[in-house]
Amino acid sequence: MKAKNFIPLIAFIALVALLGVGLTLNPREVPSPLINKPAPAFALPELYEPERELGSQDFLGQVSLFNVWASWCVSCRHEHPLLVELARRTDLPIYGLNYKDTRPEAKRWLQTFGNPYAAIAFDEAGRVGIDYGVYGVPETYVIDRKGNIRYKQIGPITVEDLNETILPLIKELQNEPA
Amino acid sequence: MNRLSGLLALSLSVWLLSATTAFALTPEEQARFKHLTEELRCLVCQNQTIADSDAPLAKDLRDEIEKMIVAGNDNRQIIDFMVERYGDFVLYRPPLNPTTWLLWFGPGVLLVGGLWILLRQLKRQSAQQGGALSEQEQTRLKTLLQDTSDANE
Repeated sequence: MKAKNFIPLIAFIALVALLGVGLTLNPREVPSPLINKPAPAFALPELYEPERELGSQDFLGQVSLFNVWASWCVSCRHEHPLLVELARRTDLPIYGLNYKDTRPEAKRWLQTFGNPYAAIAFDEAGRVGIDYGVYGVPETYVIDRKGNIRYKQIGPITVEDLNETILPLIKELQNEPA
Repeated sequence: MNRLSGLLALSLSVWLLSATTAFALTPEEQARFKHLTEELRCLVCQNQTIADSDAPLAKDLRDEIEKMIVAGNDNRQIIDFMVERYGDFVLYRPPLNPTTWLLWFGPGVLLVGGLWILLRQLKRQSAQQGGALSEQEQTRLKTLLQDTSDANE
């Protein structure tokens, strides 16, 4: 039983390990280069009050969620009840980015599914979306007190995501010194 | 009659002009546009460039690139703009850095490694087949052949 007879077996096991890890990865999830960087600056009209502006300045001073959504987005409906519940149970501010939508349809959608948002930025052209690297709605950013993006959720938020990743992170960020 | 045809000519040229302002890029700018959109990946249809993709995001990014070209940004600035927002994955041709060494060199290394192992195996096999018999084995061969020819007679 020479050692080198085991080389094909070892190579096979290594290959299986590599492929096995690969199966658990999701190629559609593109890691964001914005993590740990300041949330890109913007100022947009609010959805309900167009004369009022909502911007990146509003992120400063507290930990918040920035949720990108649209009335035409079907998967947004899956996560929306979670956001509504979160807004009801906690005082965590949830800001919305209404992405490439129309005002009437966005308002109608919120009337049907509920409005968890402290304020909603109306990004009609999607230009702010581009600055935030949005490529698949819904996407959600966890932003700390200093206005830095600390986490980006791609796709709808599930209960597991909330319990395992997002809520623990928020707690940690809220305990960070000002 | 003259006024009418004059009006017709004017509205026709206005219409033609509005159609062409969408393509206000110079030939050089068009070449840059083509190059850039073919080097950037559509994040929605991830196996296509933003030149080829029909996704709404691809269209938005094409418009953005066109605007940036007209505004005077060079190719480097436009690519940096995209990578800043979407990361390295937006580059259709993966950049060469330590994270992507396995991607770029892996297949070549595996091919060379496989060929080397194959050649070694072939050499070993031919060495076994063409090997000379030892003295003992030669005597034994003679005896066996003798026995067979004896048996045949």
